[in-house]
Amino acid sequence: MSSFQRVISRIPWAYTFRRLLIAIPTMLAIITMAFLMMRAAPGGPFDGERKLPPATEAAIAAKFGFDKPLHEQYLSYVGGVVTGDFGPSYKTLGKSVNDLIADGLPISLTIGFLSMGLGIAVGTLLGVFAGLRQNSAADYGVMGIAMAGISIPTFVTGPILILIFALGAGIFAVGGLGTYPNIGMNWHNMTLPVITLALPQIAIISRLMRASIIETMRSNHIRTARSKGLTERQVIARHALPSALLPLISYAGPAMARVMTGSVVIEKIFGLPGLGSYFVDGALNRDYTLVMGAIIVYAGLIVLLNLVADILYALLDPKVKYD
Amino acid sequence: MTDLDPLLDPTGRIEPVQNAIIGGRSLWEDARARLFRNRAAVVSMWILGFLILFAVVGPFVWVHKYSTISDLRTIAPTLEGLHPLGTDLQGRDLLARLMIGLRISLMVGIVATAVSLVIGVSWGATAGYLGGRVDNFMMRIVDVLYALPFIFFVILLLTVFERNIVLIFAAIGAIEWLTMARIVRGQTLAIKGKEFIEAARASGVSRMDIIVRHILPNVIGPVAVYVTLTIPVVILAESFLSFLGLGVNEPLTSLGVLISDGAHRMEEKPWMLLAPAVTMAVTLLCLNFIGDGLRDALDPKDR
Repeated sequence: MSSFQRVISRIPWAYTFRRLLIAIPTMLAIITMAFLMMRAAPGGPFDGERKLPPATEAAIAAKFGFDKPLHEQYLSYVGGVVTGDFGPSYKTLGKSVNDLIADGLPISLTIGFLSMGLGIAVGTLLGVFAGLRQNSAADYGVMGIAMAGISIPTFVTGPILILIFALGAGIFAVGGLGTYPNIGMNWHNMTLPVITLALPQIAIISRLMRASIIETMRSNHIRTARSKGLTERQVIARHALPSALLPLISYAGPAMARVMTGSVVIEKIFGLPGLGSYFVDGALNRDYTLVMGAIIVYAGLIVLLNLVADILYALLDPKVKYD
Repeated sequence: MTDLDPLLDPTGRIEPVQNAIIGGRSLWEDARARLFRNRAAVVSMWILGFLILFAVVGPFVWVHKYSTISDLRTIAPTLEGLHPLGTDLQGRDLLARLMIGLRISLMVGIVATAVSLVIGVSWGATAGYLGGRVDNFMMRIVDVLYALPFIFFVILLLTVFERNIVLIFAAIGAIEWLTMARIVRGQTLAIKGKEFIEAARASGVSRMDIIVRHILPNVIGPVAVYVTLTIPVVILAESFLSFLGLGVNEPLTSLGVLISDGAHRMEEKPWMLLAPAVTMAVTLLCLNFIGDGLRDALDPKDR
């Protein structure tokens, strides 16, 4: 059997299928909650300062389907979402919610995945470094910094990093997608947001990895590896690290959700036109279709990433049995 | 066991053995001793105590009121006119606002955590004790809710309805109960099979009484740890909302609102950001250190 076939054979198909089945009611619950909350809102999205003539109001109601009974509106909205149509934006004229999501999502995903990658890389290194020197000065130092990383929110570290590296040293962009000649998603504009978003993840992952490596180093298979006469370096690299990394995979799903939530604030601080910015602006100006669309996309991503993390876990840990 | 005659116990070995037989120090006494040996946790408790005093008593003692507007707008920290942290855009004293802001943030932390505690513990204990199909159903609901990006719903809730502080408390509390429910359920399942529960059942104690009298007291340990670690999460959630402009209404304030105001003007007026940011970081650090200390004290095997 090739290694690819071996991997395929280990995918817990029944479990994956059942998880996908659970994802359907989850997504329906999200759509329903968002829909009901939006309809329960006092005041419609078009209540401006000025009173609109009744004819205009009727025309708007007809265009957005407010004149139909509630259950019909609900069914047509769900039908739209299932076919990938989130409807027109209430506030950004001439643009559909799909357009806005297509504009914002790539930016949010880019900073999200880059931050997660940075968080895993640095967090793992720091955690393993501290865990292998348990209760030493280096361990206490790293864990103290990690505690600070958990306790200091990103909306404090973000402005401080801007103050030092953008306004002070002038190395990176202050915010937005930059000015000529550094326009777009490049290192000049993305470094600070990515680092800011990664800091709490580095802190959490280093704590997790420290605990995990300490536990692994005490386990029987490490004692066996040592008694075979392997060097300490071989024991750590070949035997301890692979099993110590497992908890990280089950953390990755929820962590990704946390990073996506966190990116809402990061996008606000750095003025990036990502999905999070659209979401907050939409919430503040009552652009309900946009807000619902954003929530559904976020929820879908979170459900999907959790599923991927769980399947990966099953692939890598031979002890896990899903039934 | 202090009245043991040294002549009867010359080796000093009888006392520990006797203690072991009659129970000796309880789990809680042990845990307390371990907690007080943890230097980081003890220092954190002192600092936190001082911060609570600062937030609760400070506003009554301090010469300026947090809502008094004056002509001295955005002045730098000065002792002239007693503005050690300067003033904000409306000329309000920033020390007074910091005290009130910290008070609101701590209140959010405590009240919202209490909400999550009540929901989570009753949900988890019921599911764990009843077991079977009911348990399965209740925990599936928790699984489904786990996947929801709740903070987005809170944002939606706060934009759709009139913002008020009670809604913020309840909404944040309602999103943090899920992990609590899982912890309590797990503990309940473990305790349920023990003999003393069987004895209670055999002597005709009702289900409700068994849960309240026998199960809940035995899940307090892990729950206490989780509660201490939830408070900083909740304070962060509130300041997250405040930062996005969805927090408490003026003239009230919270640490998140103060940080947000400060961050907008940090270039010219860095002190407006510095004081609330440091206060927030110190508060959260203390709570996290106490939570960690408590966990290590109650569950020493991970040390």
